Amino acid sequence: MITSLTAAEIATKLRTKELSAPEVTQAYLDRIASEDEKYGAFLAIDGERAMAQANEAQKQLDAGTATALTGVPVAIKDNISTEGIETTCASKILKGYIPPYDATVIRKLSEAGAITIGKTNLDEFAMGSSTETSAFKLSRNPWDTSRTPGGSSGGSTVAVAANMAPVSLGSDTGGSIRLPASFCGVVGFKPTYGRCSRFGLVAFASSLDQIGPLAKTVEDAAIISNVITGHCSQDSTSIPDSQISISDLKKGSLKGMKLAFPKEMYGDGTDPAVREATEFALDELRREGVEITEISIPTIPLGVTTYYIIAPAEASSNLGRFDGVRYGPRSEGQGHIDVVAKTRADGFGHEVKARIMIGTYALSAGYYDAFYLRAQQVRAMMTQQFNDAFKEFDLVVSPTAPVVAFPLGAMSQDPMQLKLLDYCTIPANMGGFPAISLQAGFAHGLPVGLQLMGPQMGDEKLLQAAFAVERVFETQRKSPPIP
Amino acid sequence: MAISLDEVRHVAKLARLDLQESEVMSLQTELNALLGHFSDIQALSLHDLEPILHASNLVNVWSDDFVAPSLRRESALKNAPVSKAGLFLVPMIIED
Amino acid sequence: MANYVCSVGMEVHAELATKSKMFCRCQVAFGGEPNTRTCPVCLGLPGAMPVPNRVAIEMVIKTALALNCKIAMNSIFHRKNYFYPDLPKGYQVSQYGEENPLGYHGYLDIPAAGGGTKRIGIRRVHLEEDTGKLMHLPSGGSGVDYNRAGTPLMEIVTDFPPDIHNGDEAKEYMTQLRQILLYLGVCDGKMEEGSMRCEPNISIRPEGQEELGVKSELKNLNSFRSVQLGIAFEVRRQSAMLDAGEKVLQETRGWNEQKESSFAMRLKEAENDYRYFPCPDLVPMQFTEDYVECLRSNLPELPLAKFMRYQKEFGLNDYDANLLTSDVEWARWFEEAIQKGGEPKAICNWMNSEFAKLINEEGILARQSKITPEHLVQLTNLIADGTISGKIAKKVFMDAYQTGKMPAELVKESGSTQITDDSAVRPIIEAVLAANPDVVEKYKSGQQSVRGFLVGQIMRESQGRANPAVVNKLLEELLQ
Repeated sequence: MITSLTAAEIATKLRTKELSAPEVTQAYLDRIASEDEKYGAFLAIDGERAMAQANEAQKQLDAGTATALTGVPVAIKDNISTEGIETTCASKILKGYIPPYDATVIRKLSEAGAITIGKTNLDEFAMGSSTETSAFKLSRNPWDTSRTPGGSSGGSTVAVAANMAPVSLGSDTGGSIRLPASFCGVVGFKPTYGRCSRFGLVAFASSLDQIGPLAKTVEDAAIISNVITGHCSQDSTSIPDSQISISDLKKGSLKGMKLAFPKEMYGDGTDPAVREATEFALDELRREGVEITEISIPTIPLGVTTYYIIAPAEASSNLGRFDGVRYGPRSEGQGHIDVVAKTRADGFGHEVKARIMIGTYALSAGYYDAFYLRAQQVRAMMTQQFNDAFKEFDLVVSPTAPVVAFPLGAMSQDPMQLKLLDYCTIPANMGGFPAISLQAGFAHGLPVGLQLMGPQMGDEKLLQAAFAVERVFETQRKSPPIP
Repeated sequence: MAISLDEVRHVAKLARLDLQESEVMSLQTELNALLGHFSDIQALSLHDLEPILHASNLVNVWSDDFVAPSLRRESALKNAPVSKAGLFLVPMIIED
Repeated sequence: MANYVCSVGMEVHAELATKSKMFCRCQVAFGGEPNTRTCPVCLGLPGAMPVPNRVAIEMVIKTALALNCKIAMNSIFHRKNYFYPDLPKGYQVSQYGEENPLGYHGYLDIPAAGGGTKRIGIRRVHLEEDTGKLMHLPSGGSGVDYNRAGTPLMEIVTDFPPDIHNGDEAKEYMTQLRQILLYLGVCDGKMEEGSMRCEPNISIRPEGQEELGVKSELKNLNSFRSVQLGIAFEVRRQSAMLDAGEKVLQETRGWNEQKESSFAMRLKEAENDYRYFPCPDLVPMQFTEDYVECLRSNLPELPLAKFMRYQKEFGLNDYDANLLTSDVEWARWFEEAIQKGGEPKAICNWMNSEFAKLINEEGILARQSKITPEHLVQLTNLIADGTISGKIAKKVFMDAYQTGKMPAELVKESGSTQITDDSAVRPIIEAVLAANPDVVEKYKSGQQSVRGFLVGQIMRESQGRANPAVVNKLLEELLQ
């Protein structure tokens, strides 16, 4: 079946003419049409446009000018601006908004001949860890459709896990790529902050946001990240000339690799079964010659609090532009100020409003020093502690999430519990470190992700290691029970 | 540290959110729950630790001064809820 | 009635004369069809990101240096969060803090009323972005044009407590500041187009009282004159209130140019909570001593320095030096003429009299006229070497102004060179004497006053070309 192939396999078959680009795109469009009702991965599909792109890609393939992604469909998280395709961030406040421009990553993908297969569901403005705050639909975990796929990049993750796209783009502010990857048993990679242009990514928390791929394999993640990364003159935080090579991907060796395991990564909320699966995975790596040392990074438990000050503070400002003047629906009211207040109250969902409120409060007069400034100081301290660890160790390893995918609706009673889901993933955003989540075991019959984190700009080494680690778990790897 | 209902209303005004009373109540509860956790970092002694703005170490990222094409006006106005004669229209501005 | 002391704090906004906007590359221009110079960045579309304009940053540092400021070697941009329809992102990118603005703690010397100079403290010079423009519609609503949104804007704020104490000083401050901006080429200084805007804070207090009074902020001042009149009006208004035992309200007031009075716009509530924080989309600016020194050493000569140099180096008086330096283009024109060999005093006289008169009548700038510095250099040299008389020169200048022809060419064409040769002048004199024997008789009988008549006749016969000195000398001889 075409749709169970990896991106690398599709690319090969397209080049050997075993498959044609329109054939591949059609296969995914058909599968989405027949299966997505069950999974709720997509918010928008433009089949005609996708087929037009596929026909273009085929010309390139025929002309022999194809690149690694030519003719490969990619699903796009709906907080990434796509010219001519509705971009809503799963929020009512952007219902009907059709951007007049492409995000840099979209431009790069289309230059590489990739096919935009559709826009995927997310937590509203990427604020959430279960994709349940989407204003439009629920996304479901292909391993068990009564459970969450995680979030916020739930739709992009489900698209890959349920074979509705070979690869997809997500965004990660506190774990939004890695957490759903862990819950759905796929690969989720957040590059070093600044390696992938944020131009066109609707900002949640600008200093933490990073676009990255979701894929079936580390190789696919590397292929797509190679296309989407690189310096962008429209993003001031973009790192110059950051292209890395993936030709050496397979060079990574486990023998003698030095991993650090911060003991604080097992927080209070860690499910014992997840801990057990993680320990089991670490033992397997040890058997392959990996040196794993337990270390202490005392600031890890402060990550969630710090994150819940910094991210909402930035978000409260980033979301100030949604006032119903230039785009989006507008509510009725008495005069402009009232209209804006009502537009925002009607347009934003509860979680988004809550974060705007927290952020506004944290930045307001009299509280700035106590909250925002202190949080940035803790952030500095945490970054330093991780940098120290990276002086001694190649990578930091941990579970990706403290739990496995939970039933839909289960966490809504306890918002703070939901926030703790990002406990292990937040540090990578704080320090701008590259991090990847891989399927490395099971608990309660559901996938458990292992997270590898590298130093800034250590993406190549991280992907090499991830590739080798993926091999170790290959034999026990499972796929979700999908048709 | 706790936030009062009036403070919630004040913050909502700053954030320009016309909240229902029921939302004001529930947000008070949520904000207070979070503020409880904020005490984690209140207790730390951080002294003069230099805060970081973001993870990148870049400085002086600037563009040269040149003119690039703007959007066509139709594109700029296309998503506007109300526009006329090339302008985005808003209702009367009543200062409060 | 008490005597009051007035304090005026000046907040000046100057739009920088860059080609493109502060954070995107849309063109900076005045007017034009609404919403034709916008893009995802300056419209605040979801996902768009800012990239600062290097030239705008340099312009602000140059201005800060010219205003004797310290330069923030580490400086960042902040977000100032508030809602208004002309503000596309819900925040304005600006600079906050005491020592974070690109320039801080400087001063500007202005001419003082009783001679000498007065030092006006500058608190900060920072860089931000302009908003769009709101047009109030008859329907009661407003139309928004974002063409101006994102134009680089420099804010220059005077020290507190203020050094300026009346409208005249405020006007002088604005005049000097505008000159500096024009000299630096960082702003076109057009108050009527809003590219230079000024919002003074005015308060009065009884003489002897330390604490400053309640201030009002004045808006809609679109000329130097309105700055001067507006402040004077506010002082009178506030004085009358205090005299009557009333309290001055802290409010924003508008200036009505026609009625020459101010009107209440809105009461100032408690300070707005702008929730400033470092803009996470932008990275810090860091400057080296070398970089700043390089900018400093490349600063052009500023108005005050030029004024003093013209007096010292060229021996020009106060009045002439001031006229020449009050407009940087005028001063450049002058210097070009000097560089091309003109004699400063002569060039200056022609510029500030004939030339200024003609271009002012026509309402054009010096460089828009057909007269170039070369024209004036040649003309003054023709006078100096005696080729033409001052009187002829005026005619030649007029012709040159109209045709653009070089003075030497005009003189040659009309044959209006001066006749200095004795042998050429002598026959003319002899003819005039022969034609007026009665006058000659009168002169010889001691009536010296008729001599003027004879000179007039000789000049007329020579069509004004006879050199007056030669005429005098020969006439003396022939009348013996």
